[in-house]
Amino acid sequence: MIVRDEVEDLRDTALDEVQLDRRLSETWSTPTGLWGALSTVDHKIIGRRYIYTAFIFLALGGILALAMRLQLSEPEARFIGPDRYNQIFTMHGTNMMFLFAVPVMEAMAVYLVPLMVGTRNIAFPRLNAFSYWMYLAGGLLLWIAFAVDTGPDVGWFAYVPLSGPQYAAGKRADIWAQMITFTEVSALAVAVEIVVTVLKQRAPGMSLDRIPLFVWSMLVTSFLIILAMPAIMIASTALILDRLVGTHFFNPAEGGDVLLWQHLFWFFGHPEVYIIFLPAVGMVSTIVATFTRRPVFGYLAMVMALVTTGVLAFGLWVHHMFVAGLPRLGESFFTASSMAIAIPAGLQIFCWLATMWAGRPVFKTPFLFVIGFMVIFVIGGMTGVMVASVPFDTQVHDTYFVVAHFHYVLVGGAVFPLLGAIYYWFPKITGRMMSETLGRWTFGLIFTGFNLTFFPMHILGLQGMPRRIYTYQPEMPWSGLNMFISLSAVILAAGFLLFFIDAIRSAASGPAAPDNPWGASTLEWATSSPPLPYNFARLPVVGSLEPLSNNSETLSVAGGLSVDRRELIVTSVVEALPEARESSPGNSIWPLWSALATTVLLIWSIFTPWAVVWGSIPVSIALIGWFWPKGTPEDDT
Amino acid sequence: MRTALVLLLSITATAAGGSGNQSALNSQGAPAIHVEHLIIGITVVCAVVWLLVMIVLGWALLRKRSSDSGPPRDRPLTTIVSSAVAATVVIIAALTIASFYTTRSIGLPGNTALTITVRGQQWWWQVIYADANPAFSFQTANEIHIPVGQDVQIQLESADVVHSFWVPSLAGKQDLVPGRSNSLLLRAERPGTYRGQCAEFCGLQHTHMAMMVIADEPADYQRWIAAQRENSVMPTYADAAAGKAAFLSKPCAACHTVRGTSAAGTTGPDLTHIGSRQTIAAGLLETTRGSLAAWIADPQTLKPGNNMPMVPLTSVELRDISAYMESLK
Repeated sequence: MIVRDEVEDLRDTALDEVQLDRRLSETWSTPTGLWGALSTVDHKIIGRRYIYTAFIFLALGGILALAMRLQLSEPEARFIGPDRYNQIFTMHGTNMMFLFAVPVMEAMAVYLVPLMVGTRNIAFPRLNAFSYWMYLAGGLLLWIAFAVDTGPDVGWFAYVPLSGPQYAAGKRADIWAQMITFTEVSALAVAVEIVVTVLKQRAPGMSLDRIPLFVWSMLVTSFLIILAMPAIMIASTALILDRLVGTHFFNPAEGGDVLLWQHLFWFFGHPEVYIIFLPAVGMVSTIVATFTRRPVFGYLAMVMALVTTGVLAFGLWVHHMFVAGLPRLGESFFTASSMAIAIPAGLQIFCWLATMWAGRPVFKTPFLFVIGFMVIFVIGGMTGVMVASVPFDTQVHDTYFVVAHFHYVLVGGAVFPLLGAIYYWFPKITGRMMSETLGRWTFGLIFTGFNLTFFPMHILGLQGMPRRIYTYQPEMPWSGLNMFISLSAVILAAGFLLFFIDAIRSAASGPAAPDNPWGASTLEWATSSPPLPYNFARLPVVGSLEPLSNNSETLSVAGGLSVDRRELIVTSVVEALPEARESSPGNSIWPLWSALATTVLLIWSIFTPWAVVWGSIPVSIALIGWFWPKGTPEDDT
Repeated sequence: MRTALVLLLSITATAAGGSGNQSALNSQGAPAIHVEHLIIGITVVCAVVWLLVMIVLGWALLRKRSSDSGPPRDRPLTTIVSSAVAATVVIIAALTIASFYTTRSIGLPGNTALTITVRGQQWWWQVIYADANPAFSFQTANEIHIPVGQDVQIQLESADVVHSFWVPSLAGKQDLVPGRSNSLLLRAERPGTYRGQCAEFCGLQHTHMAMMVIADEPADYQRWIAAQRENSVMPTYADAAAGKAAFLSKPCAACHTVRGTSAAGTTGPDLTHIGSRQTIAAGLLETTRGSLAAWIADPQTLKPGNNMPMVPLTSVELRDISAYMESLK
C-alpha cells in the first residue's frame, strides 16, 4: 500500500525538505525557452509580465502628456495640429485608464493575492494566461493604430453622436470600441480569478476576519469589475453595431438616445475610479501597517469602508452628467450620494492617521509615497466634494478644474500608493532591493512635480479654460499658468524617469533581498524572494491576522498534498476550513492560441460583420484544444 | 502646497480684477454670482478641513514617543476616530444643503419675457430670436445680445453632436444634446461683453467654438433688435456693390443667408448683419475687412477642418466680397 502510494500519488508528508523541493520544482516549474514562456500559467510570471507591460504603457501615456504640455505651453502654438492633438488626448486617457491603471492594479493582485492567501497558483491559471494575451493584443491594437495615424480621436469617453457613424468616419472610433472589448475581457477574467482565489483558496485558518486588507480591497474591486464592466461592453458593442451594421441605438432621428450612451458609459466609468482606487487603499493599508510596526487601526471599519465604497460607487454615475439636462430631483439624489462617499473615504483616512499616531513610523521610501498619498488624495477628495455639488459642477465641469481634480484622485490616490507598493514588493518580486537614496529623490521629484503641475489647473479651470482644447488665444488670461504647468511637468517627468532607472538598475544589480526585508507580517513574506514556482513548500496554516508577527520561525503548515501533480487546498468561504485537495492546471499553449484566434475575430469584425461568423471557427478550435480531456488526474478531481 | 492654496484663495478674493471676461471667478450675473459664493464657501471649508488633516498627519508622524511606555490603547483612538467621522457627516450634510439651496436660487423662473434659441453646430453657434410675428424673427451667429438686469431663457439644441453652452461670468454650463431641448437661465447685472466657449468636446475644432454674450442697456438692446430685424443694407460703395454681385454668383450663397438678397443657404451662419458682430468664425478673429479677407481666402488654414470650403476667388473678388461683408452692419 505504501509502495503504491509512493509510485502513484506521492504526498508531501512523506518527504523531507530537500526531496520535497526537488519534487515540487519538477511539478510546478515553467520550462525554459520560448515555448515555456508562451505556455506558462504561473501567476507570478504572468503577474510580472502584466506589471511590466502596464508600466510600459504608463511611460507611453506620460510621453503623450508631455506632448500635450508642449502644445499648451504657449497660446496658439503650432507644435501639434488639432487632428493629432485630439488623438493624443484620447490616447492618453484611454491608455491610462484601460491599459495602465486597471491592468496594473489587477497585475499586482495576480502576483500578490495567491501569495498573500497562501496558495500555490491563482484560480483558473489558464484563463489568467489568456487574459494577459488579450490585454497585450488590445494594447498593441490601440498603439499600432495610433502609430499609423488611425488612433481614436473622440475622447476616452467616446460620446455619441461624435463617435457614431455620421461624425466619425474611418476606423478610429472602431479601434477605440474594440480595444474596450479586449481590455474588458481580460479585466473580467482576472476579476473572476481573484474572487475565486480569495473565496476558495485561502490558507486553512484564514477566516474572513484574517484576510489581509490588500486582499479584501482586491476582492471588492473584483466584484466592482464584474458588475461594472458589462455596461461598457454593451455600450461599445452597441456603438460598433451602429457603426458597422446600421443599428440605431444612439441615433435620436430613429428613436435611439444620445444620453443612453452617457448613462451606460458612466455606470461603468464611475465605479472604474474605485476599481483603480480601492486596490490602492489596500496597498496603503499594507504599507502603513508594516512601516508603523502595528496592525492598521480599525480592521473591521476598514473592511466595511471598502464594501460601502464599493456599493456607493454604483450610485454616483450621474454626477458626470450634471449639465446634460437631467431632472433636478434626480440630480439632487446623485449630489447626496456623491457627497456621502466622502464618509467611508474619511473613515479610512482617520484610521490610517490613528495607526500612524499609535505606531512607530519608519520613514522608508514606500512609506514616503503613502504620506504623499495622504497629502494629495485628501485634496482630491475635497475637490470631489466640490464637483458633487450640481451648481459648483456647472462651472467646473469639463474644465481644467476637473482635470486637476481627477489627477489628484487618480495619481495621488492610486499612482502614489502604487509606486510605494512597487518599492515595497520589489524585493519579493525580483529578489533585489531598490535604492533607498534614489527612492527618496524619486519621491521628492514626483511629489513636487505633481503638485506644481496639477494644482494650478484648478485655477485655470475656474478662470474659464475648458478641457480638450488644442490651443487658446493670447488674449485669454491663461498663458502664464500654462507655461508654469508645462515647465513643472518636466520635474514630474524627471521623477518618473528616475523611478524607471532605479527599477531597471535594481532589477539587474540591486543588493540581494532577504525573505522579509521590511519585517512585514503577511504571508507573501513567508516564502523566499523571489518565490519558488510552487510559492510555499508546505502550505501555511493561519491563526491570526498577522501570521508572521508573533513567531515567524514556526508557521504551522498543512500537509498531505500530492507532489507529482499540481495540487492545492480548497477551503470554505467563511472560516477557510480545508474542504478538498484540488488539482491546478498545468502549462498549456492553448490560452495563447485562443487569444490569437479571438484577436483575429475582434479586429476583423471592425471591417465586416461576417468576421463574427468565420472568425468563430478558429476560436472554437482553440477552445476545443484548451478543454480537450487529457486523461490526466487533473480531469478527475 | 499651502502657498498654492493661499494663491487660490487670493485669486478668488480678487477675482473681479484679473480673471478676464470668461471666468467663474468674475461673476456678473445672478446665477453665476450665487455659484461663485458657493464655490468660495465650499473651498474655504474644504481648505480648513485639509489643513486640520495635515496638522494631525504631521503630529501623528513626528510626535515624540517615549521609549518605555507600551503601545497606546485603542479605546481612546476609537472615540477620536468616531468623532472625526461624525464631524465629516455633519460637514458633508451642511455642504449638501448649501448646494441644494444654491440650486434652488438659480433655477429657472416660471416665465421669462425673453427666450432665445441657441443651436450648436460644428463649430459655431446659431442664435435664433423667434417672434410671434415671423417678420420680426431673425437669426444671428456666435453673438447673443441680452438686456441687462433681466432673466433670459436660453433654449439649447444641437444640430449635430453634443456641445455645451458656457458663459462662466453669467451662468454655469448646460449641454446641447441632439434630440433634446435644454434650457438655461442667463442674466447679466451690468452691461458688457462676456465671452463663452463650447465646453463639451465636439470634434476637430472644439477649441474654436466661442461666442460673445453682450449685455445692453434696455434702450440699446431695443435699438439692436430693431436693426437686426431689418434686411441687409444695400451697399453704397462700388467695391461693396461688386462684392455683393460676386457673393451671389459664387457658391457662397448656397450655404449662407443674407436677407434682402437671393442668398438663402442655411448650412452656414446667417450673414445679414455680419459687419455688426464683434468677431467672425466663432470668436476666432476680430471683425475687420482684413480678417474677413483672410478668412474668406483660406478658412482651412485659420480653422483647419471647419465646414467652409476654400472658394477660388480672384484678388479683386476677394477684396470686394470682404468689403461687402464689412458693410453688412
